[in-house]
Amino acid sequence: MKKSKSEELSEVVLESGIKVKPVFGPEDIKGLVYEKEIGQPGEYPFTRGIHPLMYRKRPWTMRQYSGFGTAKETNQRFKWLLKQGQTALNVAFDLPTQLGLDSDDPFAEEEVGRVGMAIDTLKDLEEAFADISIDKISTSLTINPVASVMLAMYLVVAEKQAIPWDQIRGTTQNDILKEYIGRGTWIFPVKPSIRLIGDMVDFCSMNVPKFNPFSVCGYHIRESGATPVQEIAYAFEIAITYIQEVLNRGLNIDDFAGRIAFNFDIYGNLWEQVAKFRAGRKLWAKIIKERFGAKNPRSMILRMIAGGGGGGLTIQQPENNIVRGAYYALISALSGTQTMALCSYDEAYTIPSKKAALISLRTMQILADEMGLKDTVDPLGGSYYIEWLTDKMEEKIVECMKEVEEMGGMIKAVETGYIQKEVSRQAYMREIKIQSGEITKIGVNKYVMEEEKADIELHPFNPEVAEEQKKKLKEIRALRNNSDVKETLFRLKKAAQTSENVMPFILNAVKSYATLGEITKVFKEVFGEFKEPVRL
Amino acid sequence: MNESLEKKRIRVVIAKPGLDGHDTGAKVVVHALKDAGMEVIYTGLHRTIDEIVKTALEEDVDVIGLSIYSGAHVPLSKKLMGRLKEEGITNKLVLVGGNIPQRDIKTLKDLGVSCVFPVGARLDEIVKFIKERV
Repeated sequence: MKKSKSEELSEVVLESGIKVKPVFGPEDIKGLVYEKEIGQPGEYPFTRGIHPLMYRKRPWTMRQYSGFGTAKETNQRFKWLLKQGQTALNVAFDLPTQLGLDSDDPFAEEEVGRVGMAIDTLKDLEEAFADISIDKISTSLTINPVASVMLAMYLVVAEKQAIPWDQIRGTTQNDILKEYIGRGTWIFPVKPSIRLIGDMVDFCSMNVPKFNPFSVCGYHIRESGATPVQEIAYAFEIAITYIQEVLNRGLNIDDFAGRIAFNFDIYGNLWEQVAKFRAGRKLWAKIIKERFGAKNPRSMILRMIAGGGGGGLTIQQPENNIVRGAYYALISALSGTQTMALCSYDEAYTIPSKKAALISLRTMQILADEMGLKDTVDPLGGSYYIEWLTDKMEEKIVECMKEVEEMGGMIKAVETGYIQKEVSRQAYMREIKIQSGEITKIGVNKYVMEEEKADIELHPFNPEVAEEQKKKLKEIRALRNNSDVKETLFRLKKAAQTSENVMPFILNAVKSYATLGEITKVFKEVFGEFKEPVRL
Repeated sequence: MNESLEKKRIRVVIAKPGLDGHDTGAKVVVHALKDAGMEVIYTGLHRTIDEIVKTALEEDVDVIGLSIYSGAHVPLSKKLMGRLKEEGITNKLVLVGGNIPQRDIKTLKDLGVSCVFPVGARLDEIVKFIKERV
């Protein structure tokens, strides 16, 4: 039998396991009913976007990840970025801060101020936001196990700037389940960690209504080796776990679902990513409406930050990453993201240099102002291929969610190490495919060049920051009212031991200038520490 | 098979020292070395240098591999080499991987690190390097 033309072509299979035909047409989407499965932008099921006019009304928020050294240095960088046209802040903390260790803790050695700014007490955060009116910007605080403490500090900074809490906009990343899967900044065991998230959601829904208390990160799960389908499926299962925790406290889904945010990865096949987000929006709306019975359409919308994808960048021919970044920005815009934080070309090495951060910001600005990405909503909507692929991605995500639910849900899947094992196995398979050339990476396994062995300009690390922080910490410990500190920490401990919401107690401890390390120690005493299940 | 001809399996500890939580690279290397027939112990995250040295001794490994993505590779490697020296351990191959800038590779080798495999290094090269030297 004679082979048809398409059979002679090499097969195209997406990472999510979907086979792609060379040509798509009307017959591929004839079962799709526009009103039901796609819908107008801003209307259920929000496939085309969460707002009726999207970027035509307001372009995406531009929020580059930044923070290093001391709070004072970071404050300078924040002001510079805002002056360059950035519209929000995305705060990087150093590892000791992310893990609730003070700068003078022996375990913090060599890490103070390295991958973000060092925060020990309220004093540091006050300095980080000095002369920045925090009611005019939204701020993303990239911190997880001790997000509750950082939120408390941020709220006290607001109080000191005489800004009411209901004017505060921002997000704490605060997605502990993904920390156990990838990224690795966990401290406490799973259940008390989720309780802290519940306390924050509960507290914010009453007191800080414009704040997103957590942002579920498919991003880091994908970076750790998950496929695009798993990225969305696992993120949704994590979000469902948090929702369940909050519902168990007696809140109504419509009291808080409108403040759930997501953080997704962008690297990979352009069409697969766009379809992933369109499918994700549709499926999330259905889950919130059908499974949780939400009535308010605002509860059903999937709001997200995208634009990162360090896993797609290469250390070889690093300037190529500038080009990859531009494509990532394009994918994010075509996917209808609310906020973009573009990975910088030096991300394969370290946190962004000033030059790299500026190039990323200009990349987004060029896209928004020169290329027509704001002109019309969901410009790929209606494409035979994209609509077909959106449908297929949704099916796959649903299947993958079922697997997690059948094994008892996300908490169990993480405690036993199942998810960690699954994603690390896939990271290995992917690496093998890159090394064999099955997955093409330009500069790595194709168009490889003899490179001059020189590094690009990198963000410099200042080892003196640690000494500066230690000195400052000593001064604060001497100046503060130490019996107040003791008292607030004692009350916090009592609250942590019961089911009382800990947020008001953390706020009092922070106000007395208790250190992040002292507050974390209280939680460690009550909750214990996570034991990592090492399964490979 | 003749017992005397059977070569002892190479034993490796892959360790994550310090606070850095990026463990994908470490786990990929663990898989690759296992597939190459080696016995591999993975420490998990947030280990101190003392803990790593203790594991290396208890498990009687031939190779210690550190994986570091935070930028603290020079001080952490220095600490490890210092501890090994104190313990009088000279027979172990020390490898460092992670996002190591080119300019730091010589510094690490001067400290006594046998080889550095930065992000993007080929897995078969890591395997080959170990097999040739153990």
